[in-house]
Amino acid sequence: MTISLSILARRAGPLLAASLLALSLGTAASGAAEAPQPPRQKWSFAGALGTFDQAQLQRGFQVYKEVCSACHSMTLVRFRNLAEPGGPGYSANQVKALAATYQVKDGPNDSGEMFERPGRPADAFPAPFPNDKAAAAANGGKAPPDFSVLAKARTYERGFPWFVTDVMPFVGYSEQGVDYIHALLVGYEEAPKGMDVPEGTHYNKYYPGHLIAMPNPISDGQVTYPKTDKGEPVVPETVDQYAKDVAAFMAWAAEPHMVARKALGFRVILFLIVLSALLYYVKKRIWADVGGEVHGLQPELHKAY
Amino acid sequence: MSAHGNTYVPKSRLAKWFESRLPIAGLVHSSFIAYPVPRNLNYFWTFGAILSAMLGVQIITGVWLAMHYEPSAAGAFNSVEHIMRDVNYGWLLRYAHANGASMFFVAVYVHIFRALYYGSYKAPREVLYILGVVIYLLMMATAFLGYTLPWGQMSFWGATVITNILAAIPVVGDTIQSLLWGGYSVGNPTVNRFFSLHYLLPWMIAGVVVLHVWALHVTGQNNPAGIPIKSGKDAVPFTPYATVKDVFATVAFMILFAWFIFFQPNYLGHADNYVPANPAVTPAHIVPEWYFLPFYAILRAVPDKLGGVILMFGAVMILALAPWLDTSRIRSCNYRPIYRQFFWVFFAVCIILGWLGAKPPEGGYVIAARVCTFYYFAHFLIVMPLVGLFETPKALPGSILESVTGPGKQVSGSGVPAGAAAAPSTKG
Repeated sequence: MTISLSILARRAGPLLAASLLALSLGTAASGAAEAPQPPRQKWSFAGALGTFDQAQLQRGFQVYKEVCSACHSMTLVRFRNLAEPGGPGYSANQVKALAATYQVKDGPNDSGEMFERPGRPADAFPAPFPNDKAAAAANGGKAPPDFSVLAKARTYERGFPWFVTDVMPFVGYSEQGVDYIHALLVGYEEAPKGMDVPEGTHYNKYYPGHLIAMPNPISDGQVTYPKTDKGEPVVPETVDQYAKDVAAFMAWAAEPHMVARKALGFRVILFLIVLSALLYYVKKRIWADVGGEVHGLQPELHKAY
Repeated sequence: MSAHGNTYVPKSRLAKWFESRLPIAGLVHSSFIAYPVPRNLNYFWTFGAILSAMLGVQIITGVWLAMHYEPSAAGAFNSVEHIMRDVNYGWLLRYAHANGASMFFVAVYVHIFRALYYGSYKAPREVLYILGVVIYLLMMATAFLGYTLPWGQMSFWGATVITNILAAIPVVGDTIQSLLWGGYSVGNPTVNRFFSLHYLLPWMIAGVVVLHVWALHVTGQNNPAGIPIKSGKDAVPFTPYATVKDVFATVAFMILFAWFIFFQPNYLGHADNYVPANPAVTPAHIVPEWYFLPFYAILRAVPDKLGGVILMFGAVMILALAPWLDTSRIRSCNYRPIYRQFFWVFFAVCIILGWLGAKPPEGGYVIAARVCTFYYFAHFLIVMPLVGLFETPKALPGSILESVTGPGKQVSGSGVPAGAAAAPSTKG
C-alpha cells in the first residue's frame, strides 16, 4: 500500500507540474499582436560598475532642449541637478547661465500679482504647457508624458527564462526602459499594407499596439552636435544616435543618483562578503567544541546508520 | 516568560536590586543566552533571526521615510520622488524599504515552508504556529497598504481592485469598503488613511512577534529530527552557538538584500508605478507584488467574486488549521517518505500559482489556475489527513544526539552548561 502510494506520488508530482506548464505555455502565444522586443543597446551605465557618459548626457540634454521640450515637461528635474556629481557635469556657472535663459512663473508678489522672472538653478524645468488639459488640447487629445521618471516608467516583457537571468550578477539587465525609448524613436516606419492608421495616430514598430499619438519627432541632422577639431560632428547626427543620447539623458533624469548608488553598493556588498566570511569562521570555531559542524539530519545519512 | 527556570544570577548590588523588582535581565538571559537549542538545527532555522532583522530594517527605514513623505493624492507621488532626488540618501532609504518588503516575504516564505516540512505546527506548538499565521496576515496587509503609498498607477489600481473585492463580503462589505475609501471611490482620503494604517500595523506585527517568541520559548524549538530534547547532550546554549549562527546567516542574507537595493532596485516593482496615479486610465495588466501572486491566481480562478474572495482568504486561513488536519504524529518529513513527496508537489503548485498570478486571466491560464487551486486546498483537506493515516514512517532516531552522530556514539566535550542542560529534559 505505502509503496504503491509512494510511486504514485513520485510520478504524479512532475507529471502534474509538466502538464500544467504545457497547458499554460500553449496559451502564451495567443495574446494580441505583440510589438517586437526593442533591440538591446550598449549603455555605459549598464552593469554593476556602469557610470553615465558625461558627453552623451550633454548631447542628450541638447536633444531634449532643442526637440523634446517643445511638448514634454520634465518638472521633477531642477537646473542645479545638471551640475551635480554623476550627471552631465555642467559647471555651476553654466547651469546659472542656462537657468537664466528660461522664464519662470513666480509670485504672488506684494501687490498680489503673479510675475515672470529669469530662472535660477534651484528652479525646476518649466513645463511647455500650463496644465495637462492644455497639453492634451495642443497635442491631439493626449498629453505628452513628463520626462522626469519616464525611463523607469517604461519597460517590456522579456518572459521566461530571461526574467530570471535579468536579476543576476554579470548577466543582469535593467535597461529595458531605456532600450524601449531608443527603439520607439527609431521605430517610425510605413504601416504594413492593409493596416488602418486613424487620423491623429502614427505607426510605430515598437509601440504596444503600434498606433502612437506622437508623430515622428526627430529626423537625421536636426540637432547640430559639437564639432571635433577637423570640423566633423563628434558622433553621427542621425536619429539612431539622437535616440541613444536622449534615452541615456532620460535614464539619468529618472535616476540622478545612480552612479552614487552603484558605487556605494559595490562597497557595501564587498564589506558584507568579508564580514560574513569572517563570521562563518567564527561560527565554525565556536561550534568546533560541540563535535564539529552539526548538520540537519538528511534521510540519506540516516539510511547509513 | 521562561519555562526553563531562571539561570541568571545578578552580580552587582544594582543588578540584584533591579532584578528583584523587574526580572527583565533574567528574562533576556533565559531566552537568548541559556536557552537550550537543539544541536541539529540546520540553516532553515536561522530565518527567525533574519525576519526579526528585516522587521527592524523596515521600521527604521519606514520611520525615516515618513519624515519626508506626504500622504495625499496630489503630493504623494512627487514627495516620493523628492525623497529619491533631494533627501540625503533618500534613494537608499526608499529602495531599502521597498526591497526590504520583498526580502521580508522571501524570508517568511522560507520560514513557513520550513515549518510545514518539519511539522513545526504540530503539538505542542499549535499556538506558536497560529501566531505566525497572524503575523503573516498582518504582513500582507501592511505590504499592500505600503504599496499604495507612492500613488503610482499600480498603487491606485491595486487599491481599487483590492477594496472592490472586499465589497463582495456579505452584509459588512460595503461598510468596510467605504471606511477604507473614506468616500465613494479611491481618492485623497484613501491614501491618507492607508498611510495611517501602514504606520500602525508594523507595531502590531512587533507585538505579535513578542508573543510568537514567547510561545517559542515555552515549547522549545522543533528540529530537523522532529523529536524533543531528551538530555543535555541534545542541546547547546543559545549563546554563543545559535547567536553566532543567526548573526552569520543574517549578514549573508543582507548580501542578497544589498544586491537588490543597489543593483536591481526596481526589478521586483512595476514600471507602471512610476506613472502617477490616473483614475481615467486603467493599466493593461493590474498585477500585485510577486508575494501576493499565488493568492491573486486563486482569486481569479473562481468565476464568482464572493467565491474568489472566500478562497483567497481561505488559502491563508487554512494554514492555521494544519495542526489538526495533519493526522501523523511524526513531525519531520525526513521520516515521512510519502508525505514528503506530497510536500514537494504542494511546493511546486504554490510556485506555479505564483506564475499564473502574473499571467492574464484567460484561456489555459484560468484552467491551470483552477487545477492548482483545487490541489492547494486538497493538500490540506485530503492529503494531510489521509497520508497520516496510511503512511508507515521511518524509524525515528533515539535522540537528537543520535541523529547527528549515529546510534551508540558519544561526543566528548559538549559545551553545555549544567543549568541549561538539566531543564529541557522535562520537555516533550
